[in-house]
Amino acid sequence: MSTRDDIASRITAQIEPFNKKRVAIADATSFAKDLEWDSLTVMDFVAAIEDEFDIIITMNMQAEIDTVGQLIDAVAKLQSA
Amino acid sequence: MTDLFSKFDPLIAERQALLDTGVRDPYGIVMDEVLSPTEALIQGRRTILLGTYNYMGMTFDPDVVAAGKKALDEFGSGTTGSRVLNGTYQGHKECEEALKLFYGMDHAIVFSTGYQANLGMISTLAGKGDYIILDADSHASIYDGCWLGNAEVVRFRHNSVDDLDKRLGRLPPEAGKLVVLEGVYSMFGDVAPLPEMVAVAKKHNAMILCDEAHGMGFFGEHGRGVFEEMGCQDDVDFVVGTFSKSVGTVGGFCVSNHPKFEVLRLVCRPYVFTASLPPSVVATAATSIRKLMHAGDKRAHLWKNSRRLHQGLRDLGFRLGTETAQSAIIAVILPDMEATVHMWQALLESGLYVNTARPPATPAGTYLLRCSLCAEHSDEQVDEVLAMFQAAGRATGCIN
Repeated sequence: MSTRDDIASRITAQIEPFNKKRVAIADATSFAKDLEWDSLTVMDFVAAIEDEFDIIITMNMQAEIDTVGQLIDAVAKLQSA
Repeated sequence: MTDLFSKFDPLIAERQALLDTGVRDPYGIVMDEVLSPTEALIQGRRTILLGTYNYMGMTFDPDVVAAGKKALDEFGSGTTGSRVLNGTYQGHKECEEALKLFYGMDHAIVFSTGYQANLGMISTLAGKGDYIILDADSHASIYDGCWLGNAEVVRFRHNSVDDLDKRLGRLPPEAGKLVVLEGVYSMFGDVAPLPEMVAVAKKHNAMILCDEAHGMGFFGEHGRGVFEEMGCQDDVDFVVGTFSKSVGTVGGFCVSNHPKFEVLRLVCRPYVFTASLPPSVVATAATSIRKLMHAGDKRAHLWKNSRRLHQGLRDLGFRLGTETAQSAIIAVILPDMEATVHMWQALLESGLYVNTARPPATPAGTYLLRCSLCAEHSDEQVDEVLAMFQAAGRATGCIN
């Protein structure tokens, strides 16, 4: 199992290729408002995260995730499950 | 007070800006008269219809129309009731019998629209704790069926067998799983690799629902759909379809061999809590379905039309959604909304109606002119269509 910091740095690395606007990434960074990702980008990014951590983030869960911090917590929870 | 409509302001502004350039509204067309399955009068102009889903041209079939008139006389204009209360007439049962015969399956259930068929089947089959695994390019009715239910929803990349396999492999082995596929995906007109997808779904003990809305009538020996053409007849658990395309009226259905299928009539909310189809509609549907079983010549002509149009548009230099004609839908890919609407209007003014489609309905943010062929389009009409595409394409600069 990974620590929260470890998960955070791996997620930040996965965000990079999709971070066209070079937005600084923090826990409060919003995927929709700050990174301005459309639904297609979100889908590609979610697939990348799922592959990185070998998990499934259902669409129901995705609807609850707006910020990077929330994603880190969700991944941590899925990994401990 | 917050105006609840303010969330639509960006769309209202975008639409107004487009209309201010002087183009006609692509989503406001009125057919003043319909002359045949392939021609209508639009603003007084005789127009070839190349944007309907009247694939098999059944809407003016004399037997179909006669059956509807007879039912209207004998059973009245509507049922004013749910299928489970006063809304099941002899005609609804005959329609379900025709479907069982057409598909060679034990059970058939008729819904009031194809949209409701997906809404009902998906939301009812997959409950809390179950998983729905769907293609990312699925039709809105499939997505809406997911939201209506309580299951967990997982998407896989369009038509990717590997991605489906990977995602199924990460789900709890003991959980109930429903894989939702479409025979033909309606935006690009591409077909699914059903045998490979079905094998993967079976490997992970998932049930399979296949939507054949755009495949019924002209895929497979009996016209059942892509699943028949690709030899998956015994492996698909549920086939969903519609009467509003090849059948030529309105309504939806699901057919299956599942022994407990009939219980759906009691537990499926989009079946229970709406009025049943009018008697004339189920009579036209039943007659049309029976005729579609023996429509081999029409099927062959529809395929010929589709291949000719695909090749012709490609030769003219248009970019198309598929390498070859995979279905009766031929999608022309254009760079943006403006080019799409200008091209669409140029075609309309020369006497040709096609559909426009834009994100979010389309995959990968594409702008499309969607052509869908009919078995009743003559060879001459296809020639005319190609000539109109050539002229409009050059006039708008979409081709050289």
